[in-house]
Amino acid sequence: MASLVGSRVERKEDKRFLTGKGRYTADINIVNQTYAIFIRSPHARAKIKKIDISKALKSSGVVDILTGEHIAKDKIGGLIAGWAIRSEDNSEMKCPANPPLAKDNVNFVGDPIAVVLAESLDEAKDAAELVKIDYKILEAVTNLGTSMESEAIHEGIDKNLCYDWLLGDRQKVKEAFEKADKIIKLDITNNRLIPNAMEPRACVIDYNTASEEITCYTTSQNPHLSRLIMSAFGGVAPENKLRVVAPDVGGGFGSKINLYNEEIVCSWASKKIERPIKWVAERTESFLTDTHGRDHITHAELAVTNDGKFLGFKNETIANLGAYARVFGTVTPTYLFGPCATGVYIMPAAYSNVKAVYTNTAPVDAYRGAGRPEATYTIERIVDKAAIELGIDPIEIRMKNFPTEFPFKQTLVHQIDSGDYVAGLNKAKEMSDYDGFTARKKESESRGKLRGIGVTTYFEACGIAPSPVVMMLGCGVGLWESAEVRFNPTGQVTIYTGSHSHGQSHQTTFAQIAADELGVPIENIDIVHGDTDKGTFGMGTYGSRSLTVGGIAIVNACKKIVAKGKRIAAKMLEVSEDEIDFNNGEYLVAKSNKKKTIGEVAFASYLPGVRDEVKSPLPEGDEPGLIESSFYDPANFSFPAGSHIAEVEIDPETGNVKLDKYTAVDDFGTIVNPIIVEGQVHGGLAQGIGQALTENAQYDDTGQLITASYMDYTMPRADNFPEFNLGFTCTKATTNPLGVKGCGEAGAIAAPPTVMNAVINALGGREIDMPATAEKVWEACNEMKKTNSEAA
Amino acid sequence: MKLVGSYQISLKKQKVWEALNDPEILKQSIPGCEEFKKNSETEFEATATNKIGPFNASFTGNIELKEINAPNSYIIEGSGNSPVGFATGSAKVNLEDHENGTKLTYEVNANVGGKIAQVGSRLIDMTAKKMADIFFGKFSELIEDKKIPRETEIKPKIEKDKKNLFNYKNKSKTIIYITSAVLIAFAIYLVF
Repeated sequence: MASLVGSRVERKEDKRFLTGKGRYTADINIVNQTYAIFIRSPHARAKIKKIDISKALKSSGVVDILTGEHIAKDKIGGLIAGWAIRSEDNSEMKCPANPPLAKDNVNFVGDPIAVVLAESLDEAKDAAELVKIDYKILEAVTNLGTSMESEAIHEGIDKNLCYDWLLGDRQKVKEAFEKADKIIKLDITNNRLIPNAMEPRACVIDYNTASEEITCYTTSQNPHLSRLIMSAFGGVAPENKLRVVAPDVGGGFGSKINLYNEEIVCSWASKKIERPIKWVAERTESFLTDTHGRDHITHAELAVTNDGKFLGFKNETIANLGAYARVFGTVTPTYLFGPCATGVYIMPAAYSNVKAVYTNTAPVDAYRGAGRPEATYTIERIVDKAAIELGIDPIEIRMKNFPTEFPFKQTLVHQIDSGDYVAGLNKAKEMSDYDGFTARKKESESRGKLRGIGVTTYFEACGIAPSPVVMMLGCGVGLWESAEVRFNPTGQVTIYTGSHSHGQSHQTTFAQIAADELGVPIENIDIVHGDTDKGTFGMGTYGSRSLTVGGIAIVNACKKIVAKGKRIAAKMLEVSEDEIDFNNGEYLVAKSNKKKTIGEVAFASYLPGVRDEVKSPLPEGDEPGLIESSFYDPANFSFPAGSHIAEVEIDPETGNVKLDKYTAVDDFGTIVNPIIVEGQVHGGLAQGIGQALTENAQYDDTGQLITASYMDYTMPRADNFPEFNLGFTCTKATTNPLGVKGCGEAGAIAAPPTVMNAVINALGGREIDMPATAEKVWEACNEMKKTNSEAA
Repeated sequence: MKLVGSYQISLKKQKVWEALNDPEILKQSIPGCEEFKKNSETEFEATATNKIGPFNASFTGNIELKEINAPNSYIIEGSGNSPVGFATGSAKVNLEDHENGTKLTYEVNANVGGKIAQVGSRLIDMTAKKMADIFFGKFSELIEDKKIPRETEIKPKIEKDKKNLFNYKNKSKTIIYITSAVLIAFAIYLVF
């Protein structure tokens, strides 16, 4: 059997997804279920003076209406930040309480206040309209730039500041800047995004009155983590009486990492009313309450020599946390952001300083790339600016500052085990026909169009992460992953993983790995995930960790299976273990034709005896059965890297930006399944290009989200994309046995600066912020015309 | 959101001012107004149902008159709540003598929130303009006629140029008067 790792195996998932047979949370219905509607604050900041549910309670079909007072009385806890970050002055970060239902204060439009439970959805909606809430409206803090001078929105949190964090050495940077020929300065914003998973959040709760167990079907990227938080912090039920199931999940992009208010409230309420509860978010609810992404204001400076060598870098950022700190909310703008601030370059001195603030907007948390896109956007924009100011080609200036020896100790934190940035950029240069750009620009100009080219080189730190390291940095849990491999007596294999697939194709990729390890046909391998009652424990899927952490746990468990099988085979074949080789699912005795297949060994392990004789195939000390598990804690992050080159054509009459060419060359180490990796790159690019060209979440001054539907929040469409030109280089990761690196976030990290550098190049160096909408570009074009005619 | 506009009313300033303080006229001028209660000389309570984008919303709210400078100007401040969101705002209303009548100018500052803002933000400006037009249009119409009908159905219309429209209306009224007069004259002629 040829190795399956590396081959284009068609996705096992496709059949059910492409034929509409996926089973999502909203597809689940339980007999006698009630329907939940959440009453949410229409105000960005207000005190709740009075809630009157009397009229609503009498409304037809209403089962119960529960408020913050009820939930406080039952001592149900709220939502938490998963990482404790310390400020530069060593003080601990400040987090407000975030109860599942607001009792006294609301802090963003969409903050849930009460839940109506009724026999039907319509009756729940009707009753919700009858709930009267008196508010004392307070002035909302919505402007990130002035948030620290505004009134504190949470009691005891001065300047709305969660922390003022520093990574790096200010003194060294100061010294480096003193030696510089030139200081390049850049002020940019990283626009707020709404994740927009295709499937809105939902939960269906089934309280079993007999076993007193709560089953929570939910749209989660990490069901075990949700169970842990709901039990340990929510106090809804002990973990052994709580089952969290995340069935098919239609995209997460980080927004489904968090355990949300609705899951806690419905789980608690189901036990209270002793009936199942179903809640499915409407699209606008998703816009309002899914955690948002990005939203930074950054001032950066790069110290350079005249010949383009980088001497030092500083990044001063204000990061918006929204109204509350959530699971990855506090780490996204710090340890997921700061270390990557210096990009792929040798940077003798650097620091990242991040002030994270609270505002009266939806909580901001990890969104595809989480911190790394923001870091990469800044460094790649400023490197391009340096190239312009120094008159050096953007590829040349990058090449000048690349490390060429690996492992490479990156300035701020990471020890990058492997990579070849020069090879990647050369390949991208060739694939994109970089040298032919001048001719293409002329051709565009002949049609009255402006053409620009943009380059980005990036690395990222994903596959999170070594538990002792992340826990030292403030993480509340270890970020290992577990796997359990179960051989059935008749030879099929069921693998339980704590990782979760919501688009990542675990059923295919993980089966490929296991098929290679065990020598079992891929059809005979099933991957089970997403159910806390199946499988031991797991930390879930985010930060491109499924394969590099969860996949390796599977490899290790398979190796244990093979090892036990070898002991059994040796006994069965009456040879010593050293005489046996395992190859392609067969235990072979060297220099003989004696062998046992792994299936035969599995069978024997479950039926350890023979008729008429007392004889076991099991060696002394080995138990029956062939089941092994593994908890894998990665030795390091994984460090994919790449070079992306884009070309845009701008119509100066309309400001419309056409992304004409996009070349992505990425190094993901060993590629298990090229189809899936290409799909991941495509998806990441689509979201990154969306950020660069169309997407923007906008609050008005009073804190109303005015982009809360697809009429006003512009998702990218197929016609925003060219045919992506993908290439790969491969330097294997040295820190895991497969040599794999994460690939899920790369596109979303690299695309924004690549596209924006191209747009700015087309605009002759005029800087605009994302998204490069037709209006902004048109204005820049007009300015350009004005300057050009003045110059003439 | 900000809105400004003006209307020319062929009545003396004092008359217009009185009408601006008359709950019955205000009630009939507010689009979709179902209830209008005077709580004090300067405070009112109102219920109105209106269609905003996809929502048919019943608002209840309080209205207060402030900075009263009779008969020249005042500020109407109000806030309304509905199941689909809320609206708060104020309108500064100014009266000045102009072309044998009164020129009414208004400047509205309004905020909306909740579902109305989320789904209908791009409809709000248009709806607000329409509401203002209906309000001040109806108001001018009512007081110019000096007759206040007890029940009035208000049909929203998008009226871009109020002044011309009024002229047109006046013209059409004149035509109706003339036609009626001719018809009556003809009838009299036939009978006799």
